Amino acid sequence: MKKLKKIVSSTWFQILNTDVRQHLRSKWFWTYSILFGGFVAAMFSTGITESQIIGFVGLSRLMVTFMQISMVILPIYVLITTVRSVVGDRESNVMEYILSLPISFSGYFWGKFIARFLMTYIPVFIALLGAAVYGSFTELSVPWDLFALYSALLASMIFCFLGISMFISSVASTQDLAISTAFILWLILVAFLDLILMGLMLKLRMDAGMVIGFGMLNPLQVFRTAVLVLFDPELTVMGTASYYILDTVKRELFILFAIAYPILLGLFLGMAGNRYFRKHDII
Amino acid sequence: MTTNNNHELISIDNLSKAFKKQEVIKNLTIHFREKERIALIGQNGAGKTTLIRCILGQYNYEGDMKVFGMNPRKERKDILQHIGFVPQMPPPIKLTVKELLNFFVTITKTPADTFIRLSHEMGLPIEDNYHKPFFKLSGGMKQKLLISFALGRQPKILLLDEPSANLDPQARTILFDHLRNFPLDTLMILSSHRMDEISGLVNRVVEMDLGNVVLDKIISKQT
Repeated sequence: MKKLKKIVSSTWFQILNTDVRQHLRSKWFWTYSILFGGFVAAMFSTGITESQIIGFVGLSRLMVTFMQISMVILPIYVLITTVRSVVGDRESNVMEYILSLPISFSGYFWGKFIARFLMTYIPVFIALLGAAVYGSFTELSVPWDLFALYSALLASMIFCFLGISMFISSVASTQDLAISTAFILWLILVAFLDLILMGLMLKLRMDAGMVIGFGMLNPLQVFRTAVLVLFDPELTVMGTASYYILDTVKRELFILFAIAYPILLGLFLGMAGNRYFRKHDII
Repeated sequence: MTTNNNHELISIDNLSKAFKKQEVIKNLTIHFREKERIALIGQNGAGKTTLIRCILGQYNYEGDMKVFGMNPRKERKDILQHIGFVPQMPPPIKLTVKELLNFFVTITKTPADTFIRLSHEMGLPIEDNYHKPFFKLSGGMKQKLLISFALGRQPKILLLDEPSANLDPQARTILFDHLRNFPLDTLMILSSHRMDEISGLVNRVVEMDLGNVVLDKIISKQT
Protein backbone atom coordinates (compact mmCIF):
# COMPACT_ATOMS: atom_id res chain seq x y z
CA MET A 1 0.00 0.00 0.00
CA LYS A 2 2.86 2.34 0.88
CA LYS A 3 4.56 1.50 -2.39
CA LEU A 4 1.38 2.25 -4.34
CA LYS A 5 1.03 5.60 -2.59
CA LYS A 6 4.62 6.39 -3.48
CA ILE A 7 4.00 5.60 -7.15
CA VAL A 8 0.79 7.64 -7.26
CA SER A 9 2.51 10.68 -5.75
CA SER A 10 5.58 10.36 -7.99
CA THR A 11 6.00 13.06 -10.59
CA TRP A 12 6.04 10.72 -13.61
CA PHE A 13 2.76 9.20 -12.48
CA GLN A 14 1.23 12.65 -12.06
CA ILE A 15 2.31 13.59 -15.59
CA LEU A 16 0.92 10.27 -16.85
CA ASN A 17 -2.33 10.94 -15.01
CA THR A 18 -2.74 14.45 -16.45
CA ASP A 19 -1.85 13.27 -19.95
CA VAL A 20 -4.40 10.45 -19.79
CA ARG A 21 -7.07 12.90 -18.64
CA GLN A 22 -6.25 15.27 -21.47
CA HIS A 23 -6.42 12.39 -23.93
CA LEU A 24 -9.84 11.38 -22.67
CA ARG A 25 -11.09 14.85 -23.54
CA SER A 26 -9.45 14.96 -26.96
CA LYS A 27 -11.52 14.43 -30.11
CA TRP A 28 -8.52 12.69 -31.73
CA PHE A 29 -8.59 9.96 -29.11
CA TRP A 30 -12.30 9.24 -29.44
CA THR A 31 -12.20 9.35 -33.23
CA TYR A 32 -9.32 6.88 -33.16
CA SER A 33 -11.03 4.57 -30.64
CA ILE A 34 -14.35 4.62 -32.48
CA LEU A 35 -12.55 4.02 -35.77
CA PHE A 36 -10.95 0.78 -34.58
CA GLY A 37 -14.12 -0.41 -32.83
CA GLY A 38 -15.99 0.50 -36.00
CA PHE A 39 -13.64 -1.54 -38.16
CA VAL A 40 -14.33 -4.66 -36.14
CA ALA A 41 -18.10 -4.05 -36.22
CA ALA A 42 -17.96 -3.36 -39.96
CA MET A 43 -15.96 -6.52 -40.61
CA PHE A 44 -18.47 -8.66 -38.73
CA SER A 45 -21.43 -7.01 -40.44
CA THR A 46 -19.95 -7.42 -43.92
CA GLY A 47 -19.40 -11.12 -43.31
CA ILE A 48 -15.61 -11.08 -43.48
CA THR A 49 -15.49 -14.04 -41.10
CA GLU A 50 -17.11 -16.13 -43.80
CA SER A 51 -14.70 -15.16 -46.57
CA GLN A 52 -11.43 -16.96 -47.08
CA ILE A 53 -7.76 -16.07 -47.43
CA ILE A 54 -5.12 -18.75 -47.98
CA GLY A 55 -7.44 -21.27 -46.42
CA PHE A 56 -8.28 -19.09 -43.44
CA VAL A 57 -11.83 -18.21 -42.50
CA GLY A 58 -13.61 -17.07 -39.35
CA LEU A 59 -11.98 -14.95 -36.68
CA SER A 60 -8.47 -15.62 -38.00
CA ARG A 61 -9.46 -13.94 -41.25
CA LEU A 62 -10.93 -11.00 -39.34
CA MET A 63 -7.87 -10.63 -37.14
CA VAL A 64 -5.47 -10.67 -40.09
CA THR A 65 -7.49 -7.95 -41.80
CA PHE A 66 -7.58 -5.99 -38.53
CA MET A 67 -3.80 -6.19 -38.31
CA GLN A 68 -3.39 -5.06 -41.90
CA ILE A 69 -5.57 -2.03 -41.16
CA SER A 70 -3.56 -1.41 -37.97
CA MET A 71 -0.34 -1.47 -39.94
CA VAL A 72 -1.64 1.27 -42.20
CA ILE A 73 -3.17 3.50 -39.54
CA LEU A 74 -1.25 3.01 -36.28
CA PRO A 75 2.26 4.14 -37.23
CA ILE A 76 1.18 7.38 -38.87
CA TYR A 77 -1.39 8.04 -36.11
CA VAL A 78 1.23 7.52 -33.38
CA LEU A 79 3.81 9.59 -35.25
CA ILE A 80 1.61 12.57 -36.04
CA THR A 81 -0.13 12.80 -32.66
CA THR A 82 2.97 12.15 -30.55
CA VAL A 83 5.57 14.29 -32.30
CA ARG A 84 3.47 17.30 -31.39
CA SER A 85 3.54 16.46 -27.69
CA VAL A 86 6.91 17.65 -26.36
CA VAL A 87 7.51 20.30 -29.02
CA GLY A 88 3.88 21.45 -28.73
CA ASP A 89 4.20 21.92 -24.97
CA ARG A 90 7.41 23.80 -25.61
CA GLU A 91 5.87 26.17 -28.14
CA SER A 92 2.75 26.87 -26.09
CA ASN A 93 4.77 27.56 -22.91
CA VAL A 94 2.97 24.75 -21.07
CA MET A 95 6.38 23.19 -20.54
CA GLU A 96 7.87 26.38 -19.10
CA TYR A 97 5.17 26.39 -16.46
CA ILE A 98 4.90 22.69 -15.68
CA LEU A 99 8.68 22.37 -15.43
CA SER A 100 8.88 25.31 -13.04
CA LEU A 101 7.43 22.80 -10.57
CA PRO A 102 9.56 20.15 -8.85
CA ILE A 103 9.17 17.65 -11.68
CA SER A 104 12.23 15.91 -13.12
CA PHE A 105 12.80 16.09 -16.86
CA SER A 106 12.81 12.30 -17.03
CA GLY A 107 9.59 12.09 -15.01
CA TYR A 108 7.96 14.47 -17.46
CA PHE A 109 9.26 12.61 -20.52
CA TRP A 110 8.48 9.05 -19.45
CA GLY A 111 5.17 10.04 -17.87
CA LYS A 112 4.07 11.34 -21.26
CA PHE A 113 5.55 8.31 -23.02
CA ILE A 114 3.69 5.76 -20.90
CA ALA A 115 0.43 7.74 -21.02
CA ARG A 116 0.56 7.82 -24.80
CA PHE A 117 1.36 4.13 -24.97
CA LEU A 118 -1.68 3.28 -22.85
CA MET A 119 -4.00 5.62 -24.72
CA THR A 120 -2.95 4.21 -28.08
CA TYR A 121 -2.74 0.55 -27.16
CA ILE A 122 -5.86 0.14 -25.02
CA PRO A 123 -8.40 1.02 -27.78
CA VAL A 124 -6.86 -1.39 -30.33
CA PHE A 125 -6.51 -4.11 -27.72
CA ILE A 126 -10.15 -3.67 -26.69
CA ALA A 127 -11.21 -3.81 -30.35
CA LEU A 128 -9.26 -7.05 -30.86
CA LEU A 129 -10.55 -8.52 -27.59
CA GLY A 130 -14.07 -7.43 -28.50
CA ALA A 131 -13.78 -9.37 -31.76
CA ALA A 132 -12.64 -12.47 -29.90
CA VAL A 133 -15.39 -12.22 -27.28
CA TYR A 134 -18.09 -11.53 -29.88
CA GLY A 135 -16.75 -14.38 -31.99
CA SER A 136 -16.98 -16.81 -29.08
CA PHE A 137 -20.64 -15.79 -28.51
CA THR A 138 -21.44 -16.43 -32.16
CA GLU A 139 -19.83 -19.85 -31.92
CA LEU A 140 -16.83 -19.01 -34.06
CA SER A 141 -13.71 -20.73 -32.83
CA VAL A 142 -11.37 -18.19 -31.23
CA PRO A 143 -7.72 -18.53 -32.29
CA TRP A 144 -6.24 -17.52 -28.92
CA ASP A 145 -2.66 -18.12 -30.10
CA LEU A 146 -3.23 -15.63 -32.91
CA PHE A 147 -4.93 -13.25 -30.47
CA ALA A 148 -1.95 -13.41 -28.08
CA LEU A 149 0.59 -12.89 -30.85
CA TYR A 150 -1.30 -10.01 -32.41
CA SER A 151 -1.80 -8.32 -29.04
CA ALA A 152 1.95 -8.53 -28.43
CA LEU A 153 2.78 -7.34 -31.96
CA LEU A 154 0.46 -4.34 -31.65
CA ALA A 155 2.01 -3.39 -28.30
CA SER A 156 5.47 -3.80 -29.75
CA MET A 157 4.78 -1.68 -32.85
CA ILE A 158 3.07 1.09 -30.87
CA PHE A 159 5.98 1.18 -28.42
CA CYS A 160 8.45 1.37 -31.30
CA PHE A 161 6.71 4.27 -33.03
CA LEU A 162 6.26 6.06 -29.72
CA GLY A 163 10.02 5.89 -29.17
CA ILE A 164 10.63 7.26 -32.67
CA SER A 165 8.03 10.01 -32.18
CA MET A 166 9.24 11.08 -28.74
CA PHE A 167 12.78 11.27 -30.09
CA ILE A 168 11.71 13.48 -33.01
CA SER A 169 9.58 15.57 -30.66
CA SER A 170 12.50 16.18 -28.29
CA VAL A 171 14.94 17.11 -31.01
CA ALA A 172 12.70 19.15 -33.34
CA SER A 173 12.58 22.88 -32.74
CA THR A 174 9.06 23.45 -34.12
CA GLN A 175 5.86 21.47 -34.52
CA ASP A 176 5.96 21.89 -38.29
CA LEU A 177 9.45 20.44 -38.49
CA ALA A 178 8.50 17.55 -36.19
CA ILE A 179 5.40 16.67 -38.24
CA SER A 180 7.25 16.92 -41.57
CA THR A 181 10.07 14.69 -40.28
CA ALA A 182 7.59 12.13 -38.97
CA PHE A 183 5.71 12.07 -42.25
CA ILE A 184 8.84 11.65 -44.37
CA LEU A 185 10.07 8.87 -42.10
CA TRP A 186 6.75 7.06 -42.41
CA LEU A 187 6.87 7.38 -46.21
CA ILE A 188 10.37 5.89 -46.27
CA LEU A 189 9.36 2.98 -44.04
CA VAL A 190 6.31 2.27 -46.19
CA ALA A 191 8.33 2.59 -49.39
CA PHE A 192 10.81 0.00 -48.16
CA LEU A 193 8.24 -2.68 -47.48
CA ASP A 194 8.98 -6.00 -49.19
CA LEU A 195 7.68 -5.22 -52.66
CA ILE A 196 10.19 -2.44 -53.18
CA LEU A 197 12.88 -4.55 -51.55
CA MET A 198 12.25 -7.30 -54.06
CA GLY A 199 12.47 -4.75 -56.85
CA LEU A 200 15.76 -3.45 -55.49
CA MET A 201 17.14 -6.92 -55.20
CA LEU A 202 16.32 -7.73 -58.79
CA LYS A 203 17.38 -4.45 -60.27
CA LEU A 204 20.65 -3.82 -58.45
CA ARG A 205 21.62 -7.47 -58.24
CA MET A 206 22.38 -6.91 -54.58
CA ASP A 207 23.10 -9.74 -52.22
CA ALA A 208 19.65 -11.00 -51.32
CA GLY A 209 20.56 -11.81 -47.73
CA MET A 210 21.77 -8.28 -47.21
CA VAL A 211 18.62 -6.76 -48.65
CA ILE A 212 16.42 -8.94 -46.49
CA GLY A 213 18.56 -8.13 -43.45
CA PHE A 214 18.19 -4.46 -44.25
CA GLY A 215 14.45 -4.94 -44.64
CA MET A 216 14.24 -6.57 -41.23
CA LEU A 217 15.51 -3.35 -39.68
CA ASN A 218 12.28 -1.73 -40.81
CA PRO A 219 9.80 -2.17 -37.94
CA LEU A 220 6.89 -2.02 -40.38
CA GLN A 221 8.40 -4.87 -42.38
CA VAL A 222 8.96 -6.92 -39.23
CA PHE A 223 5.36 -6.33 -38.16
CA ARG A 224 3.97 -7.26 -41.57
CA THR A 225 6.00 -10.44 -41.81
CA ALA A 226 5.14 -11.49 -38.27
CA VAL A 227 1.42 -10.98 -38.94
CA LEU A 228 1.68 -13.40 -41.86
CA VAL A 229 3.89 -15.98 -40.24
CA LEU A 230 1.24 -17.69 -38.10
CA PHE A 231 -1.34 -18.30 -40.77
CA ASP A 232 1.16 -18.71 -43.60
CA PRO A 233 3.98 -20.64 -41.88
CA GLU A 234 5.99 -20.87 -45.08
CA LEU A 235 5.49 -17.17 -45.82
CA THR A 236 4.58 -18.11 -49.36
CA VAL A 237 2.92 -14.74 -50.01
CA MET A 238 6.31 -13.11 -49.52
CA GLY A 239 7.93 -15.11 -52.27
CA THR A 240 11.69 -15.29 -52.22
CA ALA A 241 12.00 -13.15 -49.09
CA SER A 242 10.53 -15.97 -47.02
CA TYR A 243 13.28 -18.28 -48.21
CA TYR A 244 15.94 -16.08 -46.67
CA ILE A 245 14.03 -15.29 -43.51
CA LEU A 246 12.98 -18.81 -42.63
CA ASP A 247 16.24 -20.29 -43.81
CA THR A 248 18.21 -17.95 -41.56
CA VAL A 249 16.07 -18.14 -38.42
CA LYS A 250 13.47 -20.53 -37.13
CA ARG A 251 9.86 -19.40 -37.16
CA GLU A 252 9.69 -19.19 -33.32
CA LEU A 253 12.85 -17.16 -33.21
CA PHE A 254 11.51 -14.82 -35.84
CA ILE A 255 8.32 -14.25 -33.80
CA LEU A 256 10.44 -13.49 -30.76
CA PHE A 257 12.51 -11.08 -32.84
CA ALA A 258 9.37 -9.43 -34.25
CA ILE A 259 8.16 -8.67 -30.73
CA ALA A 260 11.49 -7.79 -29.09
CA TYR A 261 13.19 -5.77 -31.84
CA PRO A 262 10.59 -2.98 -32.15
CA ILE A 263 10.39 -2.69 -28.35
CA LEU A 264 14.17 -2.39 -28.06
CA LEU A 265 14.30 0.11 -30.93
CA GLY A 266 11.54 2.19 -29.32
CA LEU A 267 13.23 2.01 -25.93
CA PHE A 268 16.59 3.02 -27.38
CA LEU A 269 15.13 5.99 -29.24
CA GLY A 270 13.02 6.93 -26.22
CA MET A 271 16.13 6.94 -24.04
CA ALA A 272 18.00 8.99 -26.65
CA GLY A 273 15.09 11.45 -26.79
CA ASN A 274 15.02 11.71 -23.01
CA ARG A 275 18.75 12.27 -22.89
CA TYR A 276 18.52 15.04 -25.49
CA PHE A 277 15.60 16.56 -23.61
CA ARG A 278 17.50 16.56 -20.30
CA LYS A 279 20.72 17.97 -21.72
CA HIS A 280 19.38 20.85 -23.81
CA ASP A 281 17.36 24.01 -23.27
CA ILE A 282 13.80 22.94 -22.71
CA ILE A 283 12.24 26.03 -24.25
CA MET B 1 18.94 23.92 1.10
CA THR B 2 21.74 26.28 2.12
CA THR B 3 22.52 29.98 2.09
CA ASN B 4 25.96 31.49 2.56
CA ASN B 5 26.97 33.99 5.25
CA ASN B 6 25.44 36.86 3.34
CA HIS B 7 22.14 34.97 3.19
CA GLU B 8 22.48 34.78 -0.55
CA LEU B 9 19.78 32.65 -2.11
CA ILE B 10 20.87 33.21 -5.70
CA SER B 11 24.45 33.95 -6.70
CA ILE B 12 25.23 34.55 -10.34
CA ASP B 13 28.81 35.04 -11.57
CA ASN B 14 29.76 35.73 -15.17
CA LEU B 15 26.56 34.26 -16.54
CA SER B 16 26.20 34.22 -20.30
CA LYS B 17 23.42 32.77 -22.37
CA ALA B 18 23.24 32.70 -26.15
CA PHE B 19 20.66 31.33 -28.57
CA LYS B 20 22.48 30.17 -31.68
CA LYS B 21 24.87 33.07 -32.06
CA GLN B 22 22.82 35.77 -30.38
CA GLU B 23 23.95 36.50 -26.84
CA VAL B 24 20.94 37.36 -24.70
CA ILE B 25 22.74 37.56 -21.33
CA LYS B 26 26.31 38.81 -21.32
CA ASN B 27 28.71 38.07 -18.51
CA LEU B 28 26.18 38.94 -15.82
CA THR B 29 27.20 38.99 -12.17
CA ILE B 30 24.57 39.61 -9.54
CA HIS B 31 23.59 38.26 -6.13
CA PHE B 32 20.15 38.08 -4.55
CA ARG B 33 19.65 37.68 -0.81
CA GLU B 34 16.92 36.72 1.62
CA LYS B 35 14.32 39.40 2.36
CA GLU B 36 15.03 41.26 -0.84
CA ARG B 37 12.10 42.50 -2.88
CA ILE B 38 13.51 43.11 -6.31
CA ALA B 39 12.01 44.94 -9.25
CA LEU B 40 13.57 43.43 -12.34
CA ILE B 41 12.91 45.96 -15.03
CA GLY B 42 13.94 46.50 -18.61
CA GLN B 43 12.60 46.63 -22.11
CA ASN B 44 11.55 43.65 -24.17
CA GLY B 45 14.62 41.62 -25.09
CA ALA B 46 16.60 42.90 -22.10
CA GLY B 47 17.06 39.32 -20.85
CA LYS B 48 14.67 39.30 -17.87
CA THR B 49 12.72 36.19 -18.86
CA THR B 50 15.90 34.40 -19.94
CA LEU B 51 17.43 35.12 -16.52
CA ILE B 52 14.33 33.76 -14.78
CA ARG B 53 14.42 30.61 -16.93
CA CYS B 54 18.10 30.11 -16.09
CA ILE B 55 17.24 30.34 -12.38
CA LEU B 56 14.45 27.78 -12.94
CA GLY B 57 16.99 25.39 -14.51
CA GLN B 58 15.31 25.45 -17.91
CA TYR B 59 18.32 26.71 -19.86
CA ASN B 60 21.94 25.70 -20.15
CA TYR B 61 24.30 28.60 -19.64
CA GLU B 62 27.92 29.54 -19.31
CA GLY B 63 29.31 30.87 -16.04
CA ASP B 64 28.42 30.03 -12.49
CA MET B 65 25.04 30.10 -10.83
CA LYS B 66 23.97 28.77 -7.45
CA VAL B 67 20.44 28.74 -6.10
CA PHE B 68 20.28 27.78 -2.40
CA GLY B 69 23.92 26.80 -2.95
CA MET B 70 22.92 24.26 -5.60
CA ASN B 71 23.32 24.02 -9.37
CA PRO B 72 19.96 24.83 -11.05
CA ARG B 73 20.53 22.32 -13.85
CA LYS B 74 21.87 19.43 -11.81
CA GLU B 75 19.73 19.85 -8.69
CA ARG B 76 16.73 21.40 -10.37
CA LYS B 77 14.07 19.37 -8.63
CA ASP B 78 15.39 20.08 -5.12
CA ILE B 79 15.62 23.79 -5.88
CA LEU B 80 12.14 24.01 -7.37
CA GLN B 81 10.62 22.65 -4.15
CA HIS B 82 11.18 26.15 -2.79
CA ILE B 83 10.45 28.38 -5.77
CA GLY B 84 7.05 29.80 -6.68
CA PHE B 85 6.69 31.05 -10.25
CA VAL B 86 4.08 33.02 -12.16
CA PRO B 87 4.70 33.20 -15.92
CA GLN B 88 4.15 36.19 -18.14
CA MET B 89 1.50 34.42 -20.23
CA PRO B 90 -0.74 31.77 -18.66
CA PRO B 91 -0.13 28.56 -20.64
CA PRO B 92 -3.03 26.81 -22.42
CA ILE B 93 -3.22 23.86 -20.02
CA LYS B 94 -6.06 21.53 -21.02
CA LEU B 95 -6.76 20.16 -17.54
CA THR B 96 -9.87 21.30 -15.74
CA VAL B 97 -9.41 23.68 -12.83
CA LYS B 98 -10.15 20.87 -10.37
CA GLU B 99 -7.60 18.55 -12.03
CA LEU B 100 -5.00 21.29 -12.07
CA LEU B 101 -5.64 21.97 -8.38
CA ASN B 102 -5.24 18.28 -7.53
CA PHE B 103 -2.06 18.14 -9.63
CA PHE B 104 -0.63 21.07 -7.70
CA VAL B 105 -1.63 19.64 -4.34
CA THR B 106 0.18 16.36 -5.11
CA ILE B 107 3.27 17.87 -6.70
CA THR B 108 3.81 20.63 -4.15
CA LYS B 109 2.47 18.73 -1.12
CA THR B 110 0.44 21.78 -0.14
CA PRO B 111 -3.11 21.41 1.26
CA ALA B 112 -5.83 22.25 -1.28
CA ASP B 113 -7.51 24.58 1.23
CA THR B 114 -4.55 26.95 1.05
CA PHE B 115 -4.92 27.38 -2.71
CA ILE B 116 -8.71 27.61 -2.49
CA ARG B 117 -8.56 30.31 0.20
CA LEU B 118 -6.03 32.33 -1.75
CA SER B 119 -8.00 32.10 -4.99
CA HIS B 120 -11.08 33.39 -3.15
CA GLU B 121 -9.04 36.26 -1.79
CA MET B 122 -7.86 37.01 -5.33
CA GLY B 123 -11.51 37.22 -6.39
CA LEU B 124 -11.76 33.87 -8.12
CA PRO B 125 -14.47 31.52 -6.84
CA ILE B 126 -12.51 28.44 -7.76
CA GLU B 127 -15.26 25.91 -6.96
CA ASP B 128 -17.58 27.52 -9.54
CA ASN B 129 -14.99 26.84 -12.20
CA TYR B 130 -13.90 23.33 -11.19
CA HIS B 131 -15.18 21.69 -14.37
CA LYS B 132 -13.97 24.31 -16.81
CA PRO B 133 -10.75 23.57 -18.70
CA PHE B 134 -8.07 25.94 -17.49
CA PHE B 135 -7.37 27.29 -20.98
CA LYS B 136 -10.99 28.37 -21.37
CA LEU B 137 -10.86 30.71 -18.36
CA SER B 138 -10.43 34.42 -19.03
CA GLY B 139 -6.87 35.82 -18.95
CA GLY B 140 -7.49 37.42 -15.56
CA MET B 141 -8.95 34.27 -14.03
CA LYS B 142 -6.01 32.19 -15.22
CA GLN B 143 -3.55 34.65 -13.79
CA LYS B 144 -5.37 34.74 -10.44
CA LEU B 145 -5.26 30.98 -10.22
CA LEU B 146 -1.56 30.79 -11.07
CA ILE B 147 -0.80 33.50 -8.52
CA SER B 148 -2.76 31.55 -5.90
CA PHE B 149 -0.74 28.44 -6.70
CA ALA B 150 2.58 30.31 -6.50
CA LEU B 151 1.81 32.16 -3.26
CA GLY B 152 0.10 29.20 -1.60
CA ARG B 153 3.28 27.16 -1.66
CA GLN B 154 4.98 29.62 0.72
CA PRO B 155 8.19 29.48 -1.32
CA LYS B 156 11.58 30.80 -0.26
CA ILE B 157 11.94 32.46 -3.66
CA LEU B 158 9.04 33.97 -5.56
CA LEU B 159 9.57 34.68 -9.25
CA LEU B 160 6.85 36.74 -10.86
CA ASP B 161 7.16 37.54 -14.54
CA GLU B 162 4.76 40.43 -15.26
CA PRO B 163 2.26 39.03 -12.74
CA SER B 164 -0.28 41.82 -12.98
CA ALA B 165 -0.46 42.01 -16.79
CA ASN B 166 -3.90 40.41 -17.05
CA LEU B 167 -5.37 41.55 -13.73
CA ASP B 168 -8.15 44.06 -13.13
CA PRO B 169 -7.33 46.97 -10.75
CA GLN B 170 -9.01 45.30 -7.78
CA ALA B 171 -7.12 42.05 -8.24
CA ARG B 172 -3.87 44.00 -8.64
CA THR B 173 -4.43 45.72 -5.30
CA ILE B 174 -5.15 42.36 -3.65
CA LEU B 175 -2.05 40.81 -5.24
CA PHE B 176 0.20 43.63 -4.06
CA ASP B 177 -1.31 43.43 -0.56
CA HIS B 178 -0.48 39.75 -0.49
CA LEU B 179 3.04 40.36 -1.69
CA ARG B 180 3.51 43.08 0.92
CA ASN B 181 2.42 40.71 3.68
CA PHE B 182 4.40 37.75 2.40
CA PRO B 183 6.89 36.18 4.89
CA LEU B 184 9.77 38.60 5.27
CA ASP B 185 12.58 36.15 4.62
CA THR B 186 11.26 35.39 1.13
CA LEU B 187 13.28 36.62 -1.81
CA MET B 188 10.88 38.13 -4.31
CA ILE B 189 11.80 38.98 -7.90
CA LEU B 190 9.16 40.90 -9.81
CA SER B 191 9.76 41.37 -13.48
CA SER B 192 7.76 44.30 -14.77
CA HIS B 193 7.55 47.08 -17.31
CA ARG B 194 5.65 49.28 -14.88
CA MET B 195 7.97 50.48 -12.17
CA ASP B 196 5.35 52.92 -10.85
CA GLU B 197 3.07 50.03 -9.99
CA ILE B 198 5.54 48.04 -7.94
CA SER B 199 7.73 50.81 -6.54
CA GLY B 200 6.01 50.71 -3.15
CA LEU B 201 6.61 47.03 -2.91
CA VAL B 202 10.31 46.63 -3.59
CA ASN B 203 13.52 47.50 -1.80
CA ARG B 204 15.90 47.03 -4.71
CA VAL B 205 15.68 47.85 -8.38
CA VAL B 206 17.66 45.96 -10.99
CA GLU B 207 17.42 47.24 -14.53
CA MET B 208 18.59 45.10 -17.41
CA ASP B 209 19.40 46.15 -20.93
CA LEU B 210 20.78 44.05 -23.74
CA GLY B 211 21.60 41.19 -21.41
CA ASN B 212 23.36 43.05 -18.66
CA VAL B 213 22.60 45.02 -15.50
CA VAL B 214 22.64 48.75 -16.16
CA LEU B 215 21.21 49.82 -12.79
CA ASP B 216 21.29 48.11 -9.41
CA LYS B 217 19.95 50.27 -6.64
CA ILE B 218 18.81 49.69 -3.08
CA ILE B 219 15.81 51.98 -2.63
CA SER B 220 14.92 51.35 0.99
CA LYS B 221 16.33 49.57 4.03
CA GLN B 222 15.59 45.92 4.20
CA THR B 223 12.94 45.15 6.77
